[in-house]
Amino acid sequence: MEVLEQFAAGDSDAFESLFRQYQGEVFRWIIRIVRNRATAEELTVETFWRMYRARARFDAKEGNFFGWMRRIATNAALDHLRCVRHEVELPEQLPDARKQVPAEQNELHHAIFSAMDRLSPRVRAAVLLALVEEEPYEDIAKTLGISVTAVKLRVFRGVRVLRKELSSGGVHP
Amino acid sequence: MSEREMEEIKKLLKKSLPAMGDVELRRDLWPAMQQRLAQASVHVPWWDWALLASAGVAMWLFPATIPALLYHL
Repeated sequence: MEVLEQFAAGDSDAFESLFRQYQGEVFRWIIRIVRNRATAEELTVETFWRMYRARARFDAKEGNFFGWMRRIATNAALDHLRCVRHEVELPEQLPDARKQVPAEQNELHHAIFSAMDRLSPRVRAAVLLALVEEEPYEDIAKTLGISVTAVKLRVFRGVRVLRKELSSGGVHP
Repeated sequence: MSEREMEEIKKLLKKSLPAMGDVELRRDLWPAMQQRLAQASVHVPWWDWALLASAGVAMWLFPATIPALLYHL
């Protein structure tokens, strides 16, 4: 029996094997949306917990495991963003956070973070994935379970809000 | 909104929010997953507690039900 079928049947060794194989992939996807290492680690565990609970509903023969896993990871990340909305996450998670940043750039960071916080989690995720991470629109659409047109619309809406918020904060793109 | 305006916002975002695509997981999360699974396995649903409480109340109010409850255990 394939490992996916074993997992769907409730085999814990198969689950461990899938966890070890895909934990990095899930983490890398989630951190693109939440942009915080500790949160991404917690949400990686949450994602696999949701997958474990939903394993009986996964079609091991016909289903796309990778797509299913990414959708669950995205939902876990979006649920987190809904919970922490209006708590601006400071840029401690940035890869070059330890570098000294000039005051002007620091102000820009804060303006961007405040503006991002005005976006709904779904729009924020679309903007981050499309414009910052430069993920293909098709991949974002599959992961969010919407059409490519809907992703483009979310990005467009997000950019419009960001422009407005940044302009009102004195930053003129 | 023009394509140029979109590109300007994109440039600004990328300046402040570097891509996280290359960030790697630094530790194995399996121990945390095992802990999560263990917590879930000992979790008692609230209705079980409610059932236990109502059985306790029933025994206190109607002691005659105790033998019947013990019989069904």
